[in-house]
Amino acid sequence: MARVVVDPIPRIEGHLRIEVEVENGKVKDAWSTGTLFRGLEIILQGRDPRDAHLITQRSCGVCTLVHSLASVRAVEDALKIKVPTNARLVRNLTHAAQNMHDHPVHFYQLCALDWVDVVSALSADPKKTSDLSGAVSGRPQTTKYYEGLKGKLKAFVDSGQLGPFANAYWGHPAYKLPAEANLMAVGHYLDNLRQQVFAAQMTAVWGAKNPHLQGHLPGGVTVVEQLNADRIAQYLYLLKEQIAFIEEVYIPDLLAVASFYKDWAKIGGNKNFLAYGDFPQSDVEPDSFYFPRGMIVNGELKLVKVDPSKITEEVTRAWYEGDKPLHPSVGETKPLTGDKLKGAVPDTKSKDGKYSWIKAPRYDGQVMEVGPLAQCLVSYVGGNQEIKGTVDGVLKKLEVGPDALFSTLGRIAARGIKCLVNAKAAEKWTMELVENIKKGDTKTFTSYKMDESTNGKGAGMNDVARGSLGHWIEIEKGKIKNYQQVVPSTWNLGPTDGKNQKGPVENALIGTPVADPKKPLEVLRTVHSFDPCIACAVHVIDPKTNEVYKFRVS
Amino acid sequence: MDSFIDVPERLALKGVSRRDFMKFCGLMATVLGLPMSFIPKIAHAVAKRPSVVWLHFAECTGCTESFIRSTHPWAADIILDTIDLAYHETIMAAAGDQAEEILEKTVKDNKGKFICIAEGAIPTKDNGVYGKVHGKTFLEIGNQVCKNALATIAVGNCACAGGVAAAKPNPTDCKSVAEALGITTVNLDGCPPNADNMVATVVHFLLFGKMPAVDKLGRPLFAYGYLIHDNCPRRGHYENEEFVQEFGDEGAAKGWCLIKVGCAGPKTYHNCPKIKWNQGTNWPIEAGHPCIGCSEPKFWDEMAPFYVAK
Repeated sequence: MARVVVDPIPRIEGHLRIEVEVENGKVKDAWSTGTLFRGLEIILQGRDPRDAHLITQRSCGVCTLVHSLASVRAVEDALKIKVPTNARLVRNLTHAAQNMHDHPVHFYQLCALDWVDVVSALSADPKKTSDLSGAVSGRPQTTKYYEGLKGKLKAFVDSGQLGPFANAYWGHPAYKLPAEANLMAVGHYLDNLRQQVFAAQMTAVWGAKNPHLQGHLPGGVTVVEQLNADRIAQYLYLLKEQIAFIEEVYIPDLLAVASFYKDWAKIGGNKNFLAYGDFPQSDVEPDSFYFPRGMIVNGELKLVKVDPSKITEEVTRAWYEGDKPLHPSVGETKPLTGDKLKGAVPDTKSKDGKYSWIKAPRYDGQVMEVGPLAQCLVSYVGGNQEIKGTVDGVLKKLEVGPDALFSTLGRIAARGIKCLVNAKAAEKWTMELVENIKKGDTKTFTSYKMDESTNGKGAGMNDVARGSLGHWIEIEKGKIKNYQQVVPSTWNLGPTDGKNQKGPVENALIGTPVADPKKPLEVLRTVHSFDPCIACAVHVIDPKTNEVYKFRVS
Repeated sequence: MDSFIDVPERLALKGVSRRDFMKFCGLMATVLGLPMSFIPKIAHAVAKRPSVVWLHFAECTGCTESFIRSTHPWAADIILDTIDLAYHETIMAAAGDQAEEILEKTVKDNKGKFICIAEGAIPTKDNGVYGKVHGKTFLEIGNQVCKNALATIAVGNCACAGGVAAAKPNPTDCKSVAEALGITTVNLDGCPPNADNMVATVVHFLLFGKMPAVDKLGRPLFAYGYLIHDNCPRRGHYENEEFVQEFGDEGAAKGWCLIKVGCAGPKTYHNCPKIKWNQGTNWPIEAGHPCIGCSEPKFWDEMAPFYVAK
């Protein structure tokens, strides 16, 4: 039995450490550790509630505007503010653009290198790669293009300075793509690094800048002078380009890569899923959400209703004070300090040892996975025909049944499916915005009072790129009395709870094959499939001596 | 990608002699305040693609995201052709021990010759245990890496000035990279810094062989030498006393001055009105949102509340 620690886990947002126990070539147990604490919830106390969306947006510069959205919704819920139709639509368009940026970046820049062997691409035949691209991709390239790409890659490798591709697990037996597919994927990795620039422009059209937009505020959106034909056309043009990239490159690559890794449709799954739902189509929330709110329990494809009062967070195994699960509306963030923290060294060995800065959210005491897979499953059974049709199409193409969704591969495929469906819905919302302005409605902000007489409690619940995101606020005398964020990666990457139930990523890792504990590529695959918004590292501990071995991999 | 050719060869093609090249390295040493004995080291540093180590401390990765929004040059071209981005947790393929090994080797083999880019603040409370990578605190990593670099560029308000994590009550005693480590940094401030300013700094360094001139806060003057208010397209409305009194009012619809709803433009040095964001797509004031002063130290405390006239 070997303990394998991966710290840092690269290609994620933030600082994450994953430790696994490997027995007979499979993960037997797993521990997920967030290794950074900043305390934004403490910083928010006593501030103007309208400022919270700017501060919470700094939770993450990758999913950026989603915290702004959750925050303004929480304040609006507390003050019973209804936002104008234009504001609702502009927010939907910006949020959809964020997903269209985020999901392809995850696929190409963050997770592809777990499945694509860059070094193997050096032995690809350019002619055959061109033929392959003609057969599977919507943007086929010529033999000459692939000769050039291969030449550049060779020169890069020959320079001896491998930059971000150095010292990885190249040549690992779990890489299964033919050399030509690897070369084609390297080309698309570079293509998306460019394409994402334009996807980000879509969010800046309405939100001023990306990352960290400045366009929302409680009551609506700030754009009004610029709510004009020129801006709408700019968004629509960028949207059409992005949809073309998703349809011609992203989805075909997803299907092509998945077809070589069908064994991963049986690895890395969970059974319980929660999606808050999102994209209001009227001011009736959550009933008008385009992606509905709901749960899937015990792997049964049946919609279960969500009661937000049953959400709790607990800290038995996290470095905080507190001894019982609390609803976020009365939640606490009291980090351990000084001697009590014991150096913040993860204690994964003792039964009740604390090992993470991430709290453990639960729904009615149950562990829940959140994210695009949860949102796709809930939408599939919750009446979203576009999701249902696209999911069925993908399953048919890969010749697998719905069970395949409950897996590492299912998680990656669901992200692409949600991205495509969301992008097409954005076209519809753009035209609704046009129609609404045509009717003469140019309102983008609802006025309200924020002073010493302002009190209230509210929640903003979104379903964003990485899953269900909730902000809970308590306002007293016009200031923030309490603020709690339960973010998607808190749900997915959180630790074991007081009832010894493992968090979703820990559960998903159990049973994952590990061919070589010194090169735990398979662990990265399942961890990355959750698109974590944190950061991590890998080392191996001998269970007898607890010594940490440093592996030298040539 | 023809710039895979190494630097002296590239320079020779452009008619730059070895003597000019050594002069360039001398200039670089002068600008960076290094003794002349460093010249051979600098020459070596640029003979291959210069090694760059990008560290993530207490941050949100927004600065990295901003950097990859650049188009002239494209981020991919900088990463693959211009520099040797040896360590960057968000981009690199290697994980765990193999990643740590790269960091150790890069620092050891290029001691005093690599550039460090630091994103995020450094928590200092309880010896910095609130932020770790590979079991080491950011404080330890900063001391091992930044202090062995040729120069450290702090990107973003957190690395430059402590940022959001250092906002009151600063729960983990976060400090800027310079303050936490006792070093001097070039500061590309902003939340995040603009991609155009980030690449302009790199390009300035590569073309002219020196870091750009900076203000007293270590911020390059080309980007932070202008007051937003002085270059604001809504300045005329300010002079005419045409103000947005409340969001959604007639003034907002007419694009009037945002100073009465909290704009920090008169207190903020940044070139946003000139270059805007995302290839000139937009910027906050154009979108009807007040400037929040994100390139100024302690703006989370000193510019807040953000929607109230200062």
